[in-house]
Order: sequence, then C-alpha cells, then structure tokens
Amino acid sequence: MTDLLAARAQMALSLGFHILFAVVGIGMPLLMVIAERRWLSTQDPIDLELAKRWCKGTAILFAVGAVSGTVLSFELGLLWPGFMDVAGPIIGMPFSLEGFAFFTEAIFLGVYLYGWDRISPRAHLWAGILVAVSGAISGVFVVIANAWMNTPTGFDLVNGLPADIDPIGAIFNPAALQQTLHMTLAAYAATGFAVAGIHAFLLLRDPLNAFHRRALTIGILVGAPAALLQPLSGDLSAQNVARYQPAKLAAMEALFTTQAGAPLVIGGLPDMENREVKFGLEIPYGLSLLAYHDPRATVQGLDSIPRADWPHVPTVHLAFQIMVGIGSLMALVALWSLSVLLRRQELATRPLLLKAIAGCAPVGFLAIEAGWTVTEVGRQPWIIHGVLRTSQAVTPMPGLVYTMLGFSLLYIFLGIVVAYLLYAQILRSPRHEEWHRVYSPRSA
Amino acid sequence: MEPLTPALVLAGAVVVALNAYVVLAGADFGGGVWDLFATGPRRERQRDLIAHAIGPVWEANHVWLILVVVLLFTCFPPVFSRIAIALHIPITLILLGIVLRGSAFTFRSYGGDDAPTQRRWGRLFATASLVTPLLLGVGVGTIAAGRVRAPTGAGFLVDYVTPWLSLFTASVGVLTLLLFAFLAAVYLTLEAEDPDVQDDFRRRALGSGLAVFLAAMLTLALAWREAPLVWNGLVTAPRAIPVHLLTGASATLALWALWTRKFRLARSAAVAQITLILWGWALAQYPWLIPPSLGISNAAAPAITLKLTLGALAVGAAVLFPSLYYLFKVFKSPPR
Repeated sequence: MTDLLAARAQMALSLGFHILFAVVGIGMPLLMVIAERRWLSTQDPIDLELAKRWCKGTAILFAVGAVSGTVLSFELGLLWPGFMDVAGPIIGMPFSLEGFAFFTEAIFLGVYLYGWDRISPRAHLWAGILVAVSGAISGVFVVIANAWMNTPTGFDLVNGLPADIDPIGAIFNPAALQQTLHMTLAAYAATGFAVAGIHAFLLLRDPLNAFHRRALTIGILVGAPAALLQPLSGDLSAQNVARYQPAKLAAMEALFTTQAGAPLVIGGLPDMENREVKFGLEIPYGLSLLAYHDPRATVQGLDSIPRADWPHVPTVHLAFQIMVGIGSLMALVALWSLSVLLRRQELATRPLLLKAIAGCAPVGFLAIEAGWTVTEVGRQPWIIHGVLRTSQAVTPMPGLVYTMLGFSLLYIFLGIVVAYLLYAQILRSPRHEEWHRVYSPRSA
Repeated sequence: MEPLTPALVLAGAVVVALNAYVVLAGADFGGGVWDLFATGPRRERQRDLIAHAIGPVWEANHVWLILVVVLLFTCFPPVFSRIAIALHIPITLILLGIVLRGSAFTFRSYGGDDAPTQRRWGRLFATASLVTPLLLGVGVGTIAAGRVRAPTGAGFLVDYVTPWLSLFTASVGVLTLLLFAFLAAVYLTLEAEDPDVQDDFRRRALGSGLAVFLAAMLTLALAWREAPLVWNGLVTAPRAIPVHLLTGASATLALWALWTRKFRLARSAAVAQITLILWGWALAQYPWLIPPSLGISNAAAPAITLKLTLGALAVGAAVLFPSLYYLFKVFKSPPR
C-alpha cells in the first residue's frame, strides 16, 4: 500500500467513525428535548424516563465524538499538511466557529445532565434546546468547510498559489447551502429512524409496552419529516453538482459519454477501461431530467474530463446508488408512518410497519457513509477541486500504513465497546411493571 | 514590546488557549495519574472522588487544544504544517492517548458495575493519562529547543525521530506530567468532602509540588546545554526576571497554603504557577513560534484572515464565557 493510499484510508476511517457520533450529537438532543417538553405538559413519567435515557446515551456518544473530533482536527495536519497550508487562511474561520458551537453544546449538555434537580424545569428545557441548536450549528460549520473543498471560492490563483483571499466569500461557496441542508436533514432522519427502529423492534416482541410506543412515536416525529424532505434536498444537491462538479456527477451516474437527453443508469458495473456500464438499467432522458429538469439538456460525461482527473467510477456510482436507494426507502416508510400517525392510529399495532421501521434503524447511517463516499471519492484526485491534488497535499512522512492499521484496530475496538454499552444502557426495557400493559390499544 | 498587531494578538490567543487547556484538561490528565497511583486503605474512595470530579462531558476540555490547532492552521499555516510533519509520531501517540483515555473513562462510568470490568477500564484510563502529558511535554520541548525543522530527506530517523528524542525534551515531558499531577491533587483537596481523602490529596500535592520544583531545575539546567534560545530568554532577558520571581513566589505560596490547609489559596497559587511557567516559555521564545525560523510576522496569514479570525474569537468569547459562568453557577447551587 502506498503512503498516499494509507493516508486516504486512515482519513476515510476517522471521518467515517466520527460522522456517526457527530450525527447522533445533532439528532439525539432534539429527541430528548421533545420528550422533556412532553413531560412538562403531561407529567407522564414515561416522557421523563425517555428524556433521561436519551440524555445518558447522548453523553456516552458525545464523549466518544469529542475525542474522535479532536483526532480529526490533528489528522488534517498530520496527513495533509500541504492542504492545511493552502486552505487554512481561506477556510479556517468556520472551523474556529465550529469549536465555539461545539463547546456551547458541551456546556449545556453538562447543565442538562447534572441540572435535573438544580434549575427550574423551564431553564432545564432551554438548556436542552441550546444543546440541540448548537449541535446542529457546529455540524453546519464543518460541512461548509467541506463544501468549499468541492466548490472552492474566495481567492484568486496566482502561479498556483492562492492570493487575494476573501474568507467570507469562501464560506458562501456555491455548494454550502445544498450540502449543509442535505447533511442536517440526514442527521435527523438517521437518528430519528435509528431510535424509532430500535423501539419498533422491541415492540414486535412486546407490543403493549407503553414505553416503547412513546419512544417509537417521538423517533418517527423527528425522523420521518426529515426523511420525506431529503429527496427534495438531494435534488437541489444533484443540480448543484451537475453545475460545479461535472466529473463527480458523471461518476455518480456512470456517464462516460457527453450527451443530450442522457439516460439515468440504475445499478450496473461501470467499466473504466472500456468506458461502459454492464448490467445497468437505463431510464431514457432520466439523468437530463434529474440534473437540469429538462429531458433534452446536455449532461457532461467523463469523456470531457482528462483521464488522469477521473475519480474511481465504480466506487462513486455504487455508493451513490446505495445512498439514493436507502433514501427512497426511508422516504416511503416515513410517508407510511406519518399517514398512520395523521389518522391518529397506532403504529405499534401494525407488525408489517414495525418491521419496516426496524429495518430502517441501521440503514440511515449506511446512507450517510455512502453519501460521504460519493462526495469525497467523487472529488478525487483533487483535495481542493481544481486547485490542489490529494497527492500534493500528503505528508512526506513514510510508513503511514502502520499508523493506519493502528487507528483501524482502535476504531474497531471502540465501535464494539460503544455498541455493547448502548445495548446495556439504552435498549433494555425499563423494569417498571406498570409501564407494560399500561393501556390496552383499541385492537387488543 | 512591538505594537499590538492582529498577528501578535492571535499568537497571544494561542497561548491563552494553551493556558486554558493546561489548567482545565491538564488537571483531568493529572486525575488519571492519581487514579493509577491510588494507594492505601482509601484507594477506592480516592478513585471515586477523581471520577466524580472529572465527569464524562469534560472530554470537551480538549476543545482548547482544538482551538490551538485551528488558530495555528488559520493564522500561522506554515507553523502548523511544519509541527505536524516533524512531530508526526509523538502527536499520533498523543491522539491515541486522548482517544483511549476519554473512551475508557466514559466506558467505566457507564459500563458494567462488576469489579474486573471497572478495573480494566480504570487501568487503561490511568495509563493513557500518564503517557499523554509526557508526550505533550516532549512536543513542547522539541519546539522550544529549536529542533522542529523542515524534513531534510536525510532519512526517517533524522527527520522524524531524533528531533524529539533528547534529555531536554524528556525533562520537559516529565515536568509537564508532574505539573498536571500537582494541579489535579490541589484541585482534589477542594473537591474532597471526606477529611481523610482530603488529607491523602494534600500529601500528594505537597510531594508532587516538590517534584515539580526539582524537575523545573533539571529542565533549566538542560536548557542551558540544549535549548540556548530558551535559556537566554529565561535567564538573561530583562523581561524574564519578573516572570521568574512571580513563578517562584506562586510556587512557594502554593506549597505554604497546602501546608497550612488553605486549599482555596493553594488552588489559585497553583493555577498562577502553571500559567506563569507557560507564559515564561512563550516570552522566552518570542517572537518565534518555531525557533529559529518561523516567527509571528513571517508565518502569519494574510491580514484579512487575521482580522476575521479576531472577530470570530470575539463572537465565540461572547457566547462562551456567559455559558461557562452559568454552568459553574449551576454546579455550585445546591439541589432544589
């Protein structure tokens, strides 16, 4: 393995690990605030128990997210010193703002965790709201920096070096709005469905358990609207990618030839040597419609890009299919669940729906990983699109494969432990007998 | 002194953030050290007190280190990339230490209650707390000694290992570890409600305080040989004398206050002591960020970046300090 590949693998692993905790740090506080808000008006102990459990889960994941985020901030320099040299002065500011937003989240999570019997219920709820808001804001700042790597603005290139820097222009880069919207919705959809799915799974065995019913409803209330809006936000993103990152779009859609009225290819194996897709299902005019909302529009294929500047097409295409496939499924399950809730009926009495929701529990995170694969692998060979190559940014330090292996083992180990702890802390049903069979649904 | 340029203010902000990290997260590391060396009949009560004082959210204290990193790569980009290349190995080990420490602590708090599980996580937490400050100090020592250079291509050992391996860097590592342990022991005398446990930590604070003094002398002696720039800045520069006198005074005050059981005074004096040591180092190598080549003026990013970052710092501080004040108020207030 070359040092460049080892560095990319380590970065992918660190990001892929951290993103899970970052997403939960955005989504879980919203769930916990909703539960507490309900408790304030209903005084129902189930709502209080949910708020407390979710808060504990948030604390475990938050601590792991904090340390893995610290690792990432260093890894930017350890692995990509050439990148930070160029990018630091242009896009460093959102990172410092992110630091403050993250710290605000930590402070109010501390108030929330230890403040149950020290501050008024209203103040406590507000602490939770601040956790949720600052968590979302810190995610937005980081995604803005990534959007800048995709569509860099806010400087001029003079002899290959950035000059006349405008950090504000860099923040408002063309992909910033689309990417932050897409990622924030993804965080709520994945977390909401993960929680709903876990409790749906438990309800399949214990359908009368009022605790799991309440948790399921709140999970759906957070996850379903986001999952429904996500395809629309994806459409905005696709149009933006078509305009500013044609190589990425061509790789996502495995479009080798520039053409008007381009078809949409579903599935299939892209072959980079022969420039064709095997076993794919073609929908005529589909891609032109999706990318430009015009069936006749011309879509740039990979033939318009020098071969040395192609990303790895099969990876990007496959990851894109996974993301879109999961996103569509989640949107359908969201629609189904919301239609049940809007008719004021019970989710828990429909085993088929419960199974569908339970199936959605892990896949939201899979879709997020796939989406980041699309945006990161799809930008290669560039680290800053059109400006700096990944190979120019990597550290001269040799032997990176060993640190990569070390971090891989560490993250695998941590992943197993976190999964076990969450199982022990969050998933097991509470032992209050009265919460079982606390009310009997109409169908029983 | 030079006029107050944005670059100088931001370099100062780097030291302020490092100061906050040392005073807050440093004590967390030190707590882990005392967990490792918990002894005597009250061993478990000592460990409980340490765990209670830290609390898992406080991994957030690493945000101060993140702020140092972010300020460096935004405002002094060549400094960050050169440190990241030359100190790749120790920084990687520091990161492993931070991850293992924070995770092990959380897992111990929320994991199984059975004794073997608790002990296993505890040992990992404590060992990582011991190794990480050592390496942090080694990194600081390497910078101070002027041993962080651009890679020469002369080979792996010359470029990536020997710069940070020396008696001086090792002594700065030991000094850092002892300072963190001292700080934590002093804090814990105030946290303890049980007078016996309080006395345990008073004795530990006094012992580590004396060890800090010896390590500081040793470091200074080695600086004369290995880090002439810092030696000159610490010993011969006129502005160094008042800093030295104040550092010595606060160290003595801290030990006297511990001896006479004035623990609040001891805490203030210990914080002053570690703060003055840090600023003493910063002033000794002023105006260099990486002596002897990258300084505040020649490594600074374009003016517009510096101005905007100052603005971001002001906004951040306006949000952060009231929030922190509120947090401490909540923690101090009795349960309703």
